[in-house]
Amino acid sequence: MAITRRAAIAGGLAAPFVIRQGASAQAPSRSETLLLVQEYGPNSLDMQGIGSSQPVNGVALNCYDRLLRFKPVPIPGGGGHQVAMGELEGELAESWQLASDGMSCTFKLRDAKFHSGRPVSARDVKWSLDRAVSIGGFATTQMNAGSLEKPEQFVALDDKTFRIDFVRKDKMTMPNLAVTIPFVFDSELAIKNSGGDPWAKDFLKNNIAGSGAFRVESWKPGVETIYVRNDDWACGKRPQLRRIIARDIASPSTRRALIERGDADISYGLPPKDFKDLADAGKVNVVGVPIPNGVWGLYLNAQVGPFKDVRLRQAVAWVLPYDKILQASLFGRGVDMSGGPELPKPAWPQPFPYKTNLDKAKELVAAAGGGFSTTLQFDAGNATVAEPMSVLIKEALGAIGINVEISKVPGANFRTEIAKKTNPMTLNRFAGWLDYPDYYLFWTMHGNNSIFNIANYQNPELDKMIDAARFAGDRADYEKTVVEFIKLVNREVPMIPISQPTHDVAMQKSIGGYQFQPCREPDFRYLTKA
Amino acid sequence: MLRLIAARLKTTIPSILGVIVVTFLLTRVLPGDTAAYFAGPAATPQAIAEIRGKLGLDQPLPVQFVAYVKALVQGDLGQSLTTGQPVTADLAQRLPASAELTLFGLLIAMAVALPLGVLAAVRQGSWIDHLCRVVATAGVSLPVFFTGLLLVYVFYFILGWAPAPLGRLDVFFSEPPRVTGFLLIDSLIAREPETFRAALAQILLPALTLAIFSLAPITRMTRAAMLAVLSADFVRTARASGLSSRTVIGIYAFRNAMLPVVTTLGMVFSFLLGANVLVEKVFAWPGVGSYAVEALIASDYAPIQGFVLTMAILYVALNLAIDILYGVIDPRVRLEG
Repeated sequence: MAITRRAAIAGGLAAPFVIRQGASAQAPSRSETLLLVQEYGPNSLDMQGIGSSQPVNGVALNCYDRLLRFKPVPIPGGGGHQVAMGELEGELAESWQLASDGMSCTFKLRDAKFHSGRPVSARDVKWSLDRAVSIGGFATTQMNAGSLEKPEQFVALDDKTFRIDFVRKDKMTMPNLAVTIPFVFDSELAIKNSGGDPWAKDFLKNNIAGSGAFRVESWKPGVETIYVRNDDWACGKRPQLRRIIARDIASPSTRRALIERGDADISYGLPPKDFKDLADAGKVNVVGVPIPNGVWGLYLNAQVGPFKDVRLRQAVAWVLPYDKILQASLFGRGVDMSGGPELPKPAWPQPFPYKTNLDKAKELVAAAGGGFSTTLQFDAGNATVAEPMSVLIKEALGAIGINVEISKVPGANFRTEIAKKTNPMTLNRFAGWLDYPDYYLFWTMHGNNSIFNIANYQNPELDKMIDAARFAGDRADYEKTVVEFIKLVNREVPMIPISQPTHDVAMQKSIGGYQFQPCREPDFRYLTKA
Repeated sequence: MLRLIAARLKTTIPSILGVIVVTFLLTRVLPGDTAAYFAGPAATPQAIAEIRGKLGLDQPLPVQFVAYVKALVQGDLGQSLTTGQPVTADLAQRLPASAELTLFGLLIAMAVALPLGVLAAVRQGSWIDHLCRVVATAGVSLPVFFTGLLLVYVFYFILGWAPAPLGRLDVFFSEPPRVTGFLLIDSLIAREPETFRAALAQILLPALTLAIFSLAPITRMTRAAMLAVLSADFVRTARASGLSSRTVIGIYAFRNAMLPVVTTLGMVFSFLLGANVLVEKVFAWPGVGSYAVEALIASDYAPIQGFVLTMAILYVALNLAIDILYGVIDPRVRLEG
């Protein structure tokens, strides 16, 4: 049988162009709704789950509550609030009391309700913290960073009283309760829907079971996430915004056009140049907060290759064009890390004493035996900033006889490459959530050799000081140790700090109440729209 | 006819099997460590090893392959790590978006390219022929992301005629009930003219971008095919018999020139469906192209395998449809089973 011509042509079109009356019903108005545009959205609704992407922090922040939260303090330049690491306030906790021996803390819970209507009890807190320390992956690593290591540490005394027993005195334990990992689930709801999994991973990945200020109304991974306000939120002032639409817009040019035209209310993650242009044009507000404990650094491999010689590491530090890099790659959206005082302050990051000085650099290279060729690698995902940076570094090092070949490593491969710790030079940005110098150095220069000790730096003397600072009880002792170890890395420079980048957000002039959080995700609870 | 289709399908089985094996192996030899990527910042080697175990990546390759094929037989393409959803669900969600955009773009391209190609062939050397050449050259030489950004800049940013490039639908509209997954069709079925208009406004610019890009091959192919046919004997005979020029060109010549044009259309369609990543990025279009590329960047195996497999199946289906169409256009073409 063959299809005839006529049969093929006979496909008629019945167009149902009949108008149904009153189809466009109650659409919420623009003034109650915030439209956020971001590069990519959450890949899960459970920040404790394995493989959760950066934006999941925002879900944890807005839809769940923690025992404590960071206290907002004004950003020095204006534009909103940031946080102070040492200052905490209660979120689910109404009050808390450290034991006199400093080895435990007891929390009194507020009368809060989950979205399901069930009251939050200390058992829910225990289940959630047990989950965080047991589930593995990033959540457990982060809990351990604050010496929260095993379920036995968490005790539900009665419905409204909860205690954490410390394994050691660690100044990071309390602030670590305010990051986006130890948030509290509705454990009954989770267990009921767990399908036998003790931690209800599948259910919580796709559903919110919390008590936070917002609920997720709809979530289309890779497209959009819609949040609606929880009017019964008990842990803070009721947010002004009723509805948040977060759309994933991959192209930065499109995100910029949307914010400039006034169609989007707030935009995250633009290239530094766009933020600079937007700030200069003045049509929208751009708020930049220097990322606490974050810095762009040039890691010089101290075990393999030419930079084993400390003189060569210093030579590089003396020749980098710090200001040019800040202007040409970060477009001024950062803080210069050169020309600091000889005697450091107990702070991190801070300018190292190096500044561009060609003669000094040449002397050091000559003393170490003259020029050579080497490679510099960076994550292609950071190319917008890292590429101009590396070109400037290549140019500067050429002047002292070091010939640099630039290698751009694709995102998926970058972790593997830095884990090998064999490449002589690596350009990378690392930022720690907990804003302490010893925390930063623990990850990037300690002899335990975490993946972020890209320079492969090994120095027992430094390790001893970092460990001493981590668990120091006395403030003066602590600061003295910090100054000592910063002096040491100033001299040894396994990593040359280049610039502390700012975390920028562009928003319409009608948007107020911006709150910066260490997880760098938008906090809808404080935002307002005029 | 059915026997013919069955016979054709049988010949495609080896190629599909080949695609399954090759994509599996290719994704495994790609550089990059999925576990390290998803362990997130500040992950310890133990944490990475733990994740590798959970993803089954510590198993030997043959074991992984058997597990993959077993799941595939049950229609399970695995879990995407970047979106956190089953790949089948993701593809079902995104394929209609890509297909709608591509089809719409192709329709616009055809509406312009076919008449242009025919006219260029009929009036060879005239201004229309030159226009055809300019359009074709410009179409292929302008990269799609550039055309896309240019259109956004002019029609959205400067003139404000086009709506914000926010994807398939403005944020204040909700999607019509899903029937075909094509918003333009679904909104008509639901009889929501407002939604139809909103969806149409959103699709216009990206479809135009694709159309500009696909104009070139269609115009050139139409022109070349028409030229060949117009110089054929039967056209001369038709003219000599006193048929009007319109009848000769429209009915006899064009119909005979359709075969290569249809082949080109099929190629262009399947190419655009997977390759319009950049258009999808610029217009925030939730399609399969950008889905696959994001998965690739993250070494996320399952979506890449699912994407390649879907594309292979689509390509096979499309070729089959075109072969059948040949018979309709030109009854002389008979497919041997």
